Amino acid sequence: MSATLPETPATSVPAAAPNQLFPFVLQLADTSLILAHRLSEWCGHGPVLEQDLAMANIALDMLGEARSYYQYAAELEGQGRTEDDLAYLRSAVEYRNPLLVEQPNGDFAHTILRQFLFDNFHYHLLRKLKDGPNAQLAAIAEKSVKEAAYHLKWSSEWVIRLGDGTDESRKRLDKAIATLWRFGSELTTPTATETALQEIGVLPDYAALLTEMQAHTEHVFAEATVPLPAPVFAQLGGKTGRHTEHLGYLLSELQYMQRTYPGLTW
Amino acid sequence: MVTAAAPTEARIWRLLEEVSDPEVPVLSILDLGIVRGVKVTGEQIAVTITPTYSGCPAMNVIATEIRLRLLAEGYPNVVIHNQLSPAWTTDWMSQAGRSKLEAYGIAPPVDGTATGHMLNLFGKDTAVRCPVCKSTHTHLVSQFGSTACKAHYQCDDCLEPFDYFKCHN
Repeated sequence: MSATLPETPATSVPAAAPNQLFPFVLQLADTSLILAHRLSEWCGHGPVLEQDLAMANIALDMLGEARSYYQYAAELEGQGRTEDDLAYLRSAVEYRNPLLVEQPNGDFAHTILRQFLFDNFHYHLLRKLKDGPNAQLAAIAEKSVKEAAYHLKWSSEWVIRLGDGTDESRKRLDKAIATLWRFGSELTTPTATETALQEIGVLPDYAALLTEMQAHTEHVFAEATVPLPAPVFAQLGGKTGRHTEHLGYLLSELQYMQRTYPGLTW
Repeated sequence: MVTAAAPTEARIWRLLEEVSDPEVPVLSILDLGIVRGVKVTGEQIAVTITPTYSGCPAMNVIATEIRLRLLAEGYPNVVIHNQLSPAWTTDWMSQAGRSKLEAYGIAPPVDGTATGHMLNLFGKDTAVRCPVCKSTHTHLVSQFGSTACKAHYQCDDCLEPFDYFKCHN
């Protein structure tokens, strides 16, 4: 995929950044889109109406955020592709989302833990990006961080309710931890692209981010009466295009209309 | 084709006052504070709007309604800019807008009560006045309501469930 960059008047990115910026913005876009899609699968299936609505609301926020990133990515690429082309006409190996967000919903505890791991990263990352040197990423982050704060509060409170709830809810949360913990580290393990952007200051140092994330995780797990899981083998790959089998199935549904009726509009 | 008076910024602002939010039709887009600027350059009218929430599906409808309203006055040359920063805040909602919201049955945002620090888990709910009986004995049902900008509350006195327009700043 070509990543040449034309003039981007709205940004103040150091000159070395352009080739790295397009794939990174695409990674942010894919991440928000895929998690939005997973959450939207709950619509009409939530355990209670209020939580069904909560997941649909969070999905909508993330879809809006994804659109802003895709529009920016399309502009950076400058090859005439649109936000829709990027979302609907790329194959699974071209997607750059971390493995965590493509994992199936499972039960409510599974969805909550996936959301908590993501929200904790997302909120802290956006807080840094909104004060970062790239004007467009800062603008998107300034908007999205307000929403991400609600998401993190919601998923944190649910981890506590499930962990400190009934034997059944605790059992389900423990199972989610056993399944999903291995996917958490990918969020803060930089790819070559992210490292290059960190070196020129466009992206924050993930080690500092991790400190803030860990403090929040410790607080939430203590409240939930759940022992902090021991470090496990980190399953990486999504951010470099090596996905679990689940992404292909997800995309076949998400992209169905455009693949079947190319150029369809309504 | 309508023969239009030359567009002036003051005139365009007055016309925008007549465009309402599709999801809260009692509010004009000016009450909501989402119109950030109007610029007339010769025949061309540029309107800058900012979304309330990133995924707000009303934004496309609002952009279309702005075009239609201005077209009806004979102004076809309209450019709509979407501006993300500075991010929209409920501080930009007018006093008139707040009163209209409450009369419509939606509790207006209580200033200074944005979710605050997210570490304040299970913090005390914002005291929101019931738009029906005006009691402040209400409780939060869910932070996520019928649209992205609203939370779901219930009154403990008259028992009415109602929407609360979340404070966002």
